[in-house]
Amino acid sequence: MKAHVHVTLKPGVLDPQGKAIHKALSGLGFEGVEQVRQGKVIELELSETDPARARESLRDMCEKLLANTVIENYAIELDV
Amino acid sequence: MKAAVIVFPGSNCDRDVQVALAEAMARHAPGTAPVMVWHKDADFEKVDLIVLPGGFSYGDYLRCGAMAAQSPVMKEVVGRAEKGVPVLGICNGFQILTEAGLLPGALIRNASLKFVCRDVNLRVETGQSLFTSRYEQGQTIRVPVAHHDGNYIAGGEDVARLEDRGQIAFRYCDPEGALTGPSNPNGSAANIAGVFNETKTVLGLMPHPERLADPALGGTDGRPMFDGLVEALS
Repeated sequence: MKAHVHVTLKPGVLDPQGKAIHKALSGLGFEGVEQVRQGKVIELELSETDPARARESLRDMCEKLLANTVIENYAIELDV
Repeated sequence: MKAAVIVFPGSNCDRDVQVALAEAMARHAPGTAPVMVWHKDADFEKVDLIVLPGGFSYGDYLRCGAMAAQSPVMKEVVGRAEKGVPVLGICNGFQILTEAGLLPGALIRNASLKFVCRDVNLRVETGQSLFTSRYEQGQTIRVPVAHHDGNYIAGGEDVARLEDRGQIAFRYCDPEGALTGPSNPNGSAANIAGVFNETKTVLGLMPHPERLADPALGGTDGRPMFDGLVEALS
């Protein structure tokens, strides 16, 4: 089973990289971009076939390693 | 006095801090020297002080300090720190301590987005700790920083709470000790450069006291940290 974990900075946490991207987009002439926040996507290939168990295991991975929950949120997406 | 310097793949200040500690030990606890502990050695000898050095452990993959915080040796370090063994984390060592949950908050990308490598002024916020006993509260010292991700945020803990509990160890300041914007090299909340855990037995700081701990390096403002630690723990 394939899974995607989306890790994003919590609202309110300063994102200097997002700001720099925003500025660069404006410089390229892309108007109307109101905010940019940068995160990361982690792709995982799991041997687990049960979506509930996969989800539970992924949550554990996020809490322990994939995200720093002091500053980041995570969202789990399963391709089923 | 026994001290251990933990070495991760990618550590690059391990020898510097080893020398700074060894010199302090030679002055205050002759006949002793720090031991170097490789990150895979989960079971190392009993020591009075553990130091996590600066560098780029595990290539800063995922987040600075995130992989190191999960390494075999860190489980042991966390266990010992929880029992009260003093732990000092410098730069990447500070990042590892926050990732391991031994210190509050997190360190994110510098507000300028640039790697900052220069001397900064620090205001000592308390002289009452194992790490700062040889400094005076309010004293200004000069120590180098060299990092890309040193922008401290308190996260769930708010800065006022850290302040109330006396957990702020050092703050970036101007040469007169004023907490100004331009003296903050990375955008850290409330100019925070270093924090303690609640019991003040764990300290993490972004600046490098080991890089100014010998006159040959151009200054000795970092030396009192190592002298104070060795004196207190011998």
